Amino acid sequence: MYSYKLSYLKQLEAESIFLIREAVAQFENPVLLFSGGKDSIVMAHLARKAFWPSKLPFPMLHVDTGHNFPETIEFRDYLVNKIGARLIVRTVQESIDNGLAQEEKGPNPSRNGLQTITLLSAIEEFKFDAAFGGARRDEEKARAKERFFSHRDEFGQWDPKNQRPELWHLYNGRKNVGEHFRVFPLSNWTELDIWQYIASENLEIPSIYFSHQREIVNRQGVLLAKSEYISLLKNEQYEEQTVRFRTVGDMTCTGAVFSPANTIEDIIAEVAAARVTERAARADDQRSEAAMEDRKKQGYF
Amino acid sequence: MEIKEQKREADLLRFITCGSVDDGKSTLIGRLLYDTKTIFEDQLQNIERTSQMRGEEYVNLALLTDGLRAEREQGITIDVAYRYFATPRRKFIMADTPGHIQYTRNMVTGASTANLAVVLVDARKGVIEQTCRHTFITSLLKIDHIILCVNKMDLVDYSQEVYEKIKIDFQNFISRLDIADVRYVPVSALQGDNIVNKSTKMPWYEGSTLLYMLENVHLGSDLNHVDARFPVQYVLRPQSNEYHDFRGYAGRVEGGVFKPGDEVLVLPSGFTSTVKAIETFDGPVAEAFAPMSVVITLNDEIDISRGDMLVKPNNQPEISQDLEVMVCWMSEKPLVKGKKYIIRHTTKEAKCLVKDIRYKMNINTLHKIEDDLNIGLNDIGRITLRTTLPLFYDDYRKNSGTGSLILVDEFTNETVAAAIIL
Repeated sequence: MYSYKLSYLKQLEAESIFLIREAVAQFENPVLLFSGGKDSIVMAHLARKAFWPSKLPFPMLHVDTGHNFPETIEFRDYLVNKIGARLIVRTVQESIDNGLAQEEKGPNPSRNGLQTITLLSAIEEFKFDAAFGGARRDEEKARAKERFFSHRDEFGQWDPKNQRPELWHLYNGRKNVGEHFRVFPLSNWTELDIWQYIASENLEIPSIYFSHQREIVNRQGVLLAKSEYISLLKNEQYEEQTVRFRTVGDMTCTGAVFSPANTIEDIIAEVAAARVTERAARADDQRSEAAMEDRKKQGYF
Repeated sequence: MEIKEQKREADLLRFITCGSVDDGKSTLIGRLLYDTKTIFEDQLQNIERTSQMRGEEYVNLALLTDGLRAEREQGITIDVAYRYFATPRRKFIMADTPGHIQYTRNMVTGASTANLAVVLVDARKGVIEQTCRHTFITSLLKIDHIILCVNKMDLVDYSQEVYEKIKIDFQNFISRLDIADVRYVPVSALQGDNIVNKSTKMPWYEGSTLLYMLENVHLGSDLNHVDARFPVQYVLRPQSNEYHDFRGYAGRVEGGVFKPGDEVLVLPSGFTSTVKAIETFDGPVAEAFAPMSVVITLNDEIDISRGDMLVKPNNQPEISQDLEVMVCWMSEKPLVKGKKYIIRHTTKEAKCLVKDIRYKMNINTLHKIEDDLNIGLNDIGRITLRTTLPLFYDDYRKNSGTGSLILVDEFTNETVAAAIIL
């Protein structure tokens, strides 16, 4: 007897496509947050699948800290052009220049937290009522609590104690003026799922995910890439190492991992055997035990 | 390479863990993750550090899942959290749902998409109100498999007597419910007995471990592959030269199988046509079944929009503006007879009026309460609704996709109830 069964990855894909379509049907003015990282690459691909043969019915928004890896920005522009999407870029620098945000001080200033301010002002500027994000529940304990349709109040804040129950696959996107939603179609995906999907769909990714030689400094276990945005502390020096990145973010807080993984298959094997989470290399999550929750409450994605 | 292939073919079990507060759910999950080596070193170091700082005797595995500040402060789980792990046999999506009565709605949230429920009881307390409440909700939502975990066996000297007594109490309770498959396992989440590894302290127990049960429970499909249902989610009209006349209906198959050439009936208009193609980004496919998200094109131009449904002419759903439903109430503000709510059912949104409250359930005794019809937070009751538009639906037992709905307060936009259609 023929059995009607979808593989695990196909089930995840079907669920995400359903969610993306549902958000577009329920909201007036959605936007896709796009950083050029692996999760947003998968998101963009799923969004194309959801609306094919139409074009994406929403623009993409990159909140640029100005501290990005140049390879990521190059890849971002390449992909946006390739799929014929519309890209909006808003920069943390503008928020600083406008007096909305203030640069951190110290040896390791990060603009990671400031992204929230830029993101919220972009949402206000374009009157977006839904923003797709590539966040996954397996990333972090606060994100494990996130809904697919996540309500934000008029200040962009998340209230983890007052989330709308999400039943079956019925999503309630009703809101008052000024409020918006974050929509997370990849919630049920794990890091390994993302890589397996990238492999099975043959998706292109920025070169920094693959092993390469790079000058790094080991700061309390986080391997930071040499850049003009960080300065060496006493007794620190750069060394050349064979590394790659598991996550792509701001250069000031995204740590590399030692790795010889040259192909997607290598990466899958490495991720499957990994003994630390991908965010272990993120300095932004190590600032306090509830760092992610606190940022999310403010409106971080 | 081997890992990858293995996991791509692995099937998926979605389950919830439920039970009363302090029955040790978070610890159980922590143990399950720990013993399946799903916990990463940095996560473990974090919770070791926190446990030590708090002066706790053991590494508190509950800290892994209680991700919110407020949860850690109070040592309770407030909101459902989703966790992922895999063994070579299966992938698991686990919804860790709160035991506290105040958060029953979050338990319902987790249960609505689960195939199996792990119900925990504290061996010292036995079957209590929350055990019954959660088991009842589990059966109401048609979860076919239950595993009763009698936890904290270490605190009752691993006594077989205690375990057997709880088992009998539970059997008595569920004899009045409709649950196909119930299994029992004595465990200590704290010590790791019978979670992943077989306990040496309970030689009298001859059954399998919790993980073995989770890996081997047979998942007959809970999806309906008989009655064809396709609620239209979104209409695709690309304005491009290449697809000038393309008119596709995007949606998720909620039941049955659709193939090119099939005759379909469009609800509510009643027009018929045939399926021209089932399109996807990766090319046309020969058939579509639940839960595939596809695009259907038809051979005739018919006015179809979001909320409409494609079905087969010889197999139609119920069509009505009057519904009998069981509701689980999720709002602080009680249900008001005569009030209008927004209803969401498949891809359709309408308004409805609460016409009548038939009864409220006493979840402990499973009796109908007919002299108190106040349905408030966490209450379950049977009501009738009159909708402004006809809905196309099935009995929840036949198809949970077309047999479920939610009610939304039109002023606060809050989701106030989950309902299943009878």
